[in-house]
This record gives sequence, C-alpha cells and structure tokens, in this order.
Amino acid sequence: MTNYRDEAVVLRTYRLGESDRIVVMMTEANGKVRAVAKGVRKTRSRLGSRLEPLSHVSVLLHRGRELDIVTQVEPLDTASALRANLDKMTQGLAMLEAVDQMTIDREPVPHVYRMLVGALGALAQGGSSLVVGAFYLKLLAAEGFEPELARCTSCGSGEELVAFDVVNGGLQCRSCRTGPAISSGAVALMRRILGGQLAAALAEPESAMTHEVTRIATVAIERQCDRRLKSVGMFERHD
Amino acid sequence: MSAYTPPVQALIDELGRLPGVGPKSAQRIALHLLKAEDHDVARLAEAIVIAKKRVRFCERCFNIADENLCPICTDTRREGSMLCVVEEARDIIAIEKTGVFRGRYHVLLGAISPMDGIGPEQLKIRELLTRLEPETVREVIVCTNPTIEGDVTAMYLARALSTLDIKVTRIGTGLPVGGDLEYADELTLGRALEGRHELRD
Ligand SMILES: [Zn+2]
Ligand SMILES: [Zn+2]
Repeated sequence: MTNYRDEAVVLRTYRLGESDRIVVMMTEANGKVRAVAKGVRKTRSRLGSRLEPLSHVSVLLHRGRELDIVTQVEPLDTASALRANLDKMTQGLAMLEAVDQMTIDREPVPHVYRMLVGALGALAQGGSSLVVGAFYLKLLAAEGFEPELARCTSCGSGEELVAFDVVNGGLQCRSCRTGPAISSGAVALMRRILGGQLAAALAEPESAMTHEVTRIATVAIERQCDRRLKSVGMFERHD
Repeated sequence: MSAYTPPVQALIDELGRLPGVGPKSAQRIALHLLKAEDHDVARLAEAIVIAKKRVRFCERCFNIADENLCPICTDTRREGSMLCVVEEARDIIAIEKTGVFRGRYHVLLGAISPMDGIGPEQLKIRELLTRLEPETVREVIVCTNPTIEGDVTAMYLARALSTLDIKVTRIGTGLPVGGDLEYADELTLGRALEGRHELRD
C-alpha cells in the first residue's frame, strides 16, 4: 500500500525548505500523520489553500519512509466560519493543539477524529464557552483518563466532594482534600458533559461555572500532555 | 556519531539553523565552503558581519534600514494616513513592486501563532498602536500572509483597533490561502490590495 486515501483535520503545519510545508493531520483511519505538501507556499499552489490548520479535507497520501507525501486534497470544510472570528479561531486551535499533544503518530484513533470534527462543527455553528473544556474532558475520557466524578479518589466516599485534584485524576472529599476547590455546579456540569448530555451542557450560558470547568479541564489535559498548552486562552490572558 | 571533525560538524550545525536549509543542504554548503578559496570564504564571512553591523531596523516601522529611519519613513511624498501592516520586511518589497500602495508600512516582525506561544506582545504591535494617533492614520491595511497565523493576527488587530476611529482592512481576494505573500506575483498582489475589505471583530 504505497498510496492511501483518508479524511483528515489539519492540526498544524511547519515550513519546510523554500516553499514546502510539513502538514500534521489527524486522519480518520490512519491516526496522526505527518506529510510533506510540496510547493504549497507558492501562491499558485492549489494544495496549499486546503492544508491550513482547522481545514477538514479528503486526502490522497503517498506513504514515505519518514514523512508521507500529499498528492491530492479535496476540501470538505475550509473552516471559513472559524477563521473569521478571533475567539472561535483560537478555541479551534486550542483543540487542535491538545489532539496533537495527546496522540502518537500512525496510531488509529477514529473516535478522536470524529470528536474533533464534531467539536469544530459545533464551534462553527455558534460556539459555546464550553466547547473547548468539554472537548478536553471528552478527549481525556476517550484516551483512558476519564476524571473520577462519582466518588473521592482517595477514600471512595461519595459525600462532600469539594475538591478536584489532577494528580489523583478526580474529585476529593473534604477530609482527603489536597487539590483546589471545585463548586458543586461545576461538578454537575462535568458529569453532564461526560454522562451523555453534552448538547445540553454546551447550551449552558457563559458563566463563572463554565469558566471553572474549562480551567479544570485545561489543567487536567495539560497534566496528561505533560506540558502547557500554548493556545489556550491566549487572548484572555493577554488582553 | 558524527563522521566529521568537531569544527566541520559545528559549521554544518550553524548552516542547518538557517531558514530553508535542511541537514543535507547544510552538509553540501559546508563541504563547498571547505573546498573554496580562502579569500572567497573570508569575503562571505566579512559580508555577513558588515551587513549585521550596519543594517538595523527602522525605529518607526521596523523595516530594514541603514539609518535610524528607513527610506519610506523619511519620504515626505508618502501618504501618512495609510498604514500597511506586514509580517516581515521582505513583504514590503513585494508590495512596493505592485506600485499600488503609496502609504507607509509597519513590520510586525512575525505573526501571532497561538500554537507556538507567540502572542501579540512578542511582536511590534504595541509600537504600532503608539504610532497611529501622532501620525493621524485613517486606514490600517493588514497585509499578513493568508495563513491561520496571518488570520489570527489580522483579527487581533481589528479587535485592538476597534475602539479607535480607524478603518481596518485586509487584503484578500485573489490571494490563495496558505501561500506566502512574498511569492505572490505583482498583478495578483496589486489586485488583492485594491480589493481589500473591511475587517470587523
Ligand atoms: Zn475522601
Ligand atoms: Zn520605516
């Protein structure tokens, strides 16, 4: 199999040489793939316009030893709705960065691919202050790091769950508490996100509680990635 | 496990850090330099050192200059009310070739790139904001590359300038997404400048 076709979301690109780019994409069937797109920085290139981060594409790839080569690209969604809005664009990039950090090359994770496509779609269609936080929680769960939200991670008690500790990966009761405090509203919201009520949770208006969930989800995923995510809240931090 | 002696490997490593030079090219250039005549190599080294010493950034627009201000900033025939914002000084050369733009420039020395952790404060954006009022700028044309980073930068500028009485526009039509501005031909770039659209956050 030297050529293969797949659908993909472009996660990021790196300049390569004079006019090429390395394109990192999350494919549906082949996992995270790194491929060279030749000549895309020349403005006459037709490939280039379709291979920017956030783009959803159908690609034909040639398998190479280290890097694959992009031979054809059909746009499925150019993410123009995201690219016209600073907040949506940075939220989208924050999701891409987490996917890039949480996954390894060529390991198929079709569920992660589908979640990413779904979350970018939700963002384009209207967005929600919870899109990124909810996506991080779902991504953690999908990769086997679902936060414990039912009982204390230390003693197993289901009462007075007042703190969230990323080191233990979940809630803590008042007597075991080592992590920072979490509000009961945020706990309920996180349970809805991971308990099959995502759409309802996303409809929640922006509030201190949605910010709290996003903050906790970000810290939790940063712990799994073992590094800070650079794109998260860039303009909230610096405005 | 380098097959080269340390000085040669050091040369290859330095060359490999240059933009557009991969490991193989670095090796080829290094071996070429080692075969070259002493005086040729000395001339190259001297040209680099002198250029680095003499050339600096324009104090006002961060274009490459050999005085405090670049020739465009000192040219009184340029329209001060129009300011074109670009990522790199080489983009000025591309835009100047079109002959369409008669205003002045501001070089950001890069673009906002959230995934690389490059935010507004790492670029010359504060310097841009402090120029606008004293120079009575009425329109800021954002000519960043048609890439995600270029888009983020443009939208950020639209937001940062939204409270001022300044029109913020972006070149667009005809410039294929994903390309570098410096590769655009004059006609396409000229049309894109004329067909710019207003940006609103
Ligand atoms: Zn406990
Ligand atoms: Zn200048």
